Amino acid sequence: MATWLRPTTLEDALKALAADAANRPDNALDRLVPLAGGTDYFPAVKTRQAWFQPSPRRILDLSAIGDLAGVVQEPGVLRIGALATWTAILDAPLHPAFDGLKQASRQVGGVQIQNRGTVVGNICNASPAADGVPPLLALDAQVELASLAGRRRLPLSQFILGNRRTALQRDELVTAVLVPDPLESEHSIFLKLGARAYLVISIASVAANIALDAKGRILGARIAVGACSAAPQRLALLEQRLLGETLEAAPRTVDASMLAALDPIDDVRATAVYRRDAAATLVRRALAGLAMPQERAA
Amino acid sequence: MTLHHRPDTVEITLTVNGNDHLLTIPPATRLSEVLRDHLGLTGTKVGCDAGDCGACTVSLAGQQVCACLVPAAQADGGQIITVEGLAASQAGQLLQASFAKHGAVQCGICTPGMLMAASDLLARNTAPSRADIMDALGGVLCRCTGYEKIVDAVAAALSPTPSGEDVMQSMTDEGGSLISGVLPHPTACGGHLLPREKEGAIGQRIPKLDGASRIDGSALFGADAAPADALWLRAIRSPHARAQFAFGDLAAWTKATPGITRVFTARDVPGHNSFGVYPDLKDQPVLADGHVRYRGEAILAILGERKAVDAICIDDLPIDWQIEPAAIGIAAGLKADPPLHAFKPDNVLTRGLVECGDVLAAFPTAAFTAEGHYETGFVEHAYIEPEAGYAIRRGDTVQVFACTQAPMMDRDEVARVLGLPVGDVVILASACGGGFGGKLDVSVQPLIALAAWHCPGTPVRCVYNRIESMASTTKRHPSEVFARASCDADGSLLSFEMDADFNTGAYASWWPTVANRVPVHATGPYKVPHVRNRTRAIYTNETPAGAFRGFGIPQAAIAQESLYDTLAEKVGIDRLEFRLINALRVGDRTPTGQVLQASAGLAECLERLKPGWRAMLADAAAFNRSTGHLSRGVGIACMWYGIGNTSMSNPSTMRLTLDASGAITFWNGAVDIGQGSTTVLGQIAADALGAPVHLIRSVVGDTDKTFDAGKTSASRQTFVSGKAAELAGKALRAEILRRTNAGPEASIAFGDSVLKVEDNGRKTALDLGSLPLLADGTVLEGIGTFDPPTTPLDAQGQGVPYATYGFAAQAVSLDVDRDLGTVKVRKIIAAHDVGRSINPMLVEGQIHGGIAQGLGLALMEEFIPGRTENLHDYLIPTFGDMPEIEIILVEAHEPLGPSGAKGIGEPALIPTAPAIFSAIRHAVGVVPRKAPLLPHRLWELMRGSEA
Repeated sequence: MATWLRPTTLEDALKALAADAANRPDNALDRLVPLAGGTDYFPAVKTRQAWFQPSPRRILDLSAIGDLAGVVQEPGVLRIGALATWTAILDAPLHPAFDGLKQASRQVGGVQIQNRGTVVGNICNASPAADGVPPLLALDAQVELASLAGRRRLPLSQFILGNRRTALQRDELVTAVLVPDPLESEHSIFLKLGARAYLVISIASVAANIALDAKGRILGARIAVGACSAAPQRLALLEQRLLGETLEAAPRTVDASMLAALDPIDDVRATAVYRRDAAATLVRRALAGLAMPQERAA
Repeated sequence: MTLHHRPDTVEITLTVNGNDHLLTIPPATRLSEVLRDHLGLTGTKVGCDAGDCGACTVSLAGQQVCACLVPAAQADGGQIITVEGLAASQAGQLLQASFAKHGAVQCGICTPGMLMAASDLLARNTAPSRADIMDALGGVLCRCTGYEKIVDAVAAALSPTPSGEDVMQSMTDEGGSLISGVLPHPTACGGHLLPREKEGAIGQRIPKLDGASRIDGSALFGADAAPADALWLRAIRSPHARAQFAFGDLAAWTKATPGITRVFTARDVPGHNSFGVYPDLKDQPVLADGHVRYRGEAILAILGERKAVDAICIDDLPIDWQIEPAAIGIAAGLKADPPLHAFKPDNVLTRGLVECGDVLAAFPTAAFTAEGHYETGFVEHAYIEPEAGYAIRRGDTVQVFACTQAPMMDRDEVARVLGLPVGDVVILASACGGGFGGKLDVSVQPLIALAAWHCPGTPVRCVYNRIESMASTTKRHPSEVFARASCDADGSLLSFEMDADFNTGAYASWWPTVANRVPVHATGPYKVPHVRNRTRAIYTNETPAGAFRGFGIPQAAIAQESLYDTLAEKVGIDRLEFRLINALRVGDRTPTGQVLQASAGLAECLERLKPGWRAMLADAAAFNRSTGHLSRGVGIACMWYGIGNTSMSNPSTMRLTLDASGAITFWNGAVDIGQGSTTVLGQIAADALGAPVHLIRSVVGDTDKTFDAGKTSASRQTFVSGKAAELAGKALRAEILRRTNAGPEASIAFGDSVLKVEDNGRKTALDLGSLPLLADGTVLEGIGTFDPPTTPLDAQGQGVPYATYGFAAQAVSLDVDRDLGTVKVRKIIAAHDVGRSINPMLVEGQIHGGIAQGLGLALMEEFIPGRTENLHDYLIPTFGDMPEIEIILVEAHEPLGPSGAKGIGEPALIPTAPAIFSAIRHAVGVVPRKAPLLPHRLWELMRGSEA
């Protein structure tokens, strides 16, 4: 029998999850599946229905929980609630460090998807090509998880464990993504590579956040690549290497060895060899783009 | 906490278009289903159920959303506006009117989604830029229009610009059309085309006569009309490319599964369990009988209540599979043993040949030669309307309502499957949400007819989902082509040879048509004295390939035009000049030995392209002097296309009647699949009769009431049915003039039960009410039939395969990103000889849409069974992928055609991909040999050329 729960408080939602975790077998069809915008759930259901395969039949609809809505500035962090849509990100007045996230928000599906789909849903779905993840990695975002036992925070890089795998426990919900306040000089960019202009799954994507010191030297750099490994990856070697460089010189510091952590695959969209090379190109262009003031505008 | 006492349903309230509704409904029900099936608002279309196509876009709480992704539970309390409610606001009305006026509607299946996305934009921004429009509407896919006229319509919707001037503006800014020999006139009413012969409908930019029902959501497509008590049918399809299967106890499963009425297997087919386009090649079963030949083949049809058939779990069905090694690809097909079909032991379906001169003797004498291998993949039609319809049996007759391009063929197929005389089957063509060749074959029709036959009086409906549509229906044939060409020292073509293998998949479908079309056209629209073109099709365990806009010629043209670029380079002359030297002209002999008698406008197309071509070349040279990662390239390609079916009778009959009230009815059997034949044929009939076009009411595509117009394919309806419409109009006019003793120049005033006829000052009247009734209740009729004159092709492919040909040349400017292998097509100038442009706005729409599909073929579209069976893995062009398009219409009068007209549907697509490849080669110096040229493939080509 199908179940559709639509609690209005977080506590009710967590109780339902706790009861589910305690009493129900851990298989994809019977466990309670959290749902916000539905933009990943319904397409997945359709694919299964087309071949007469059963779909998850027990849904925890989060959309009526007011506490999860909104993009809110809190002391020291920006809270992106679990119900905040891509459009909510685009509509929010945010520091230039969020320009990359805004650029990504504009490229997730069409406006219809941006109006319904949520940033938190994007990270929970944990697609290797999720366009929200590289900008959030580059923002050093944390994931806030809640259960009846309390709340915990994980760095986003530790929350996404692999292709469609996360650290979310059965009795937990992601309540928000938390982004620490950026440095004043921090700015960012997101570049997406696909085989068409709109409505396209990324072949590769790159997000970069850079902060400069008073002399224009790189004070901090966070660079993440999507669709080139089971989960989007930060490029730690490159980030180290960029410290103290000028932005103008930054693109020249990028070489293949700094992308060695990537592990792309061959699929219908591109080959692994191409992806690795394209990622390097995108990283260079992202750094070059950050050096050009006109490309900073979201 | 809010737990519902009945967990399977929830009570919700919706305000839809201002009306409040209270519904008790399963909470997971998609809002699209709520609107369509619970509230009867079928204007909201379902194209994918996955947020990939945007056809279901509605406004929810003041935001555009995909209704297919909103659960009913979340729509509770929501304010919803659908296309049916758009006209309640003035802005909505203006938007709808603008869509009609600008030709933004073709088949109409995406139109509600486009309108709702546009109204969302205009509510926030009353003066959007073109970029704003593309961003706001970018979530909706259109397969017909190429998007340009949609952008025009939205841009002009709320613009205060006086009527007419915006058309001029768009022509100046965006490249509109210029008719050969006629300059645009700023004061021309409704557009820039001046009527030349007399005041009339022909040549006018008349909005589509059936457009209103597409912009208000009232048009009934295949999934939009079924009796409320209809049962639902779904096909169980093979997940395996090749397998044996056996059923267990289906009766027990049926009995044990609530809501299931009946299951049907191959044993339940009362007539022949086979169908196929050609009478001698009915090789495809309606339901496979113990053996499947491709993934997606139907093995079982299950009838029941909708909820019950949707809840079927494949693992519960008693099916035992024995998977066998599958032949995937042409090479595997050639070796497959046992063969796919016992009657073709070598897996070669049939072959085609055109041979003239002595090709083997000619090559060694040539000054320059070029050769190469080329490859293309499966291409999906991707019409936004998946196949759908319903059937009902009354007594011993079966009526089928479904989307189709060929109602008469459907009738014959269904009758054969049911074992009925053709007169006992009636096909009602629904509004057709795109076809492009993919709805020439039957899909749902035999399945629903079969079930209806066994359940007299019960309507049976079936709606394919997107994945099912893509997995099971026909595709463009993948091709592997080897070709070589030669010319003499001054660039005159001497010889051409092509050997082309095509993958027909598991079944024959339209292959024999492709088999003949390709060798006839494969040399391109040029004089070549020594030719040998050979084709063959190979059976494989893949999706059946069938008809797709161009019937194999787009694949062949990629190879042929590429070789001519090589020859031009070797001779050292401009690529356009090379084509001009060799262009077929009136009086020239084609490779089939046909001497062109008239209407060969390629040379004029090329001459008219020249200024734009030179400007593009100069621009590219200037651009490439600057450094950067982009290289600009310019390319060109030409095409010719035989209008109508190849070397066979393909008549059309049209009928025009007057009833006693003076109403004019046009009985038109030509299915309008969005291209506009209802409008074009109406214009022709109106002018032939001498009546205003708005007085003509059309009855379209009813096999019981309209004569056979033949298939809507082969770019034939304007030429063939247009001529029949002209003859019908003239016949009715002659009948009126005979009864009033008036001469041929007389004018007739229609619109009343008494016709007023004036001939050189002499006035007479004809009282229609006094005339005896004809069998169908009308009083006067005119019938016209036209069958284009052709002759059979002999064993060497010699003969007159077509009465006339369309010609075109397209020039492309694009940028290649040398680091990423991506391509941005910037501009296309398309020069097309259409004989006579009956409705320039619709002709432009065909060219825009054809270019979009050609661009998709070149750069992104690749159907891989089991891998790209949806609209997010299978990519078709979106708003942002289209270049600026400038259209040059050339009118080389065709004496056989109505007012000199030929066809445009397929010609629009054919030159685009080869022209894009020509430009890529010009930009970066590599020769594309495999379509689609995805970014990684171009990148590999460029890397290979460096190594």
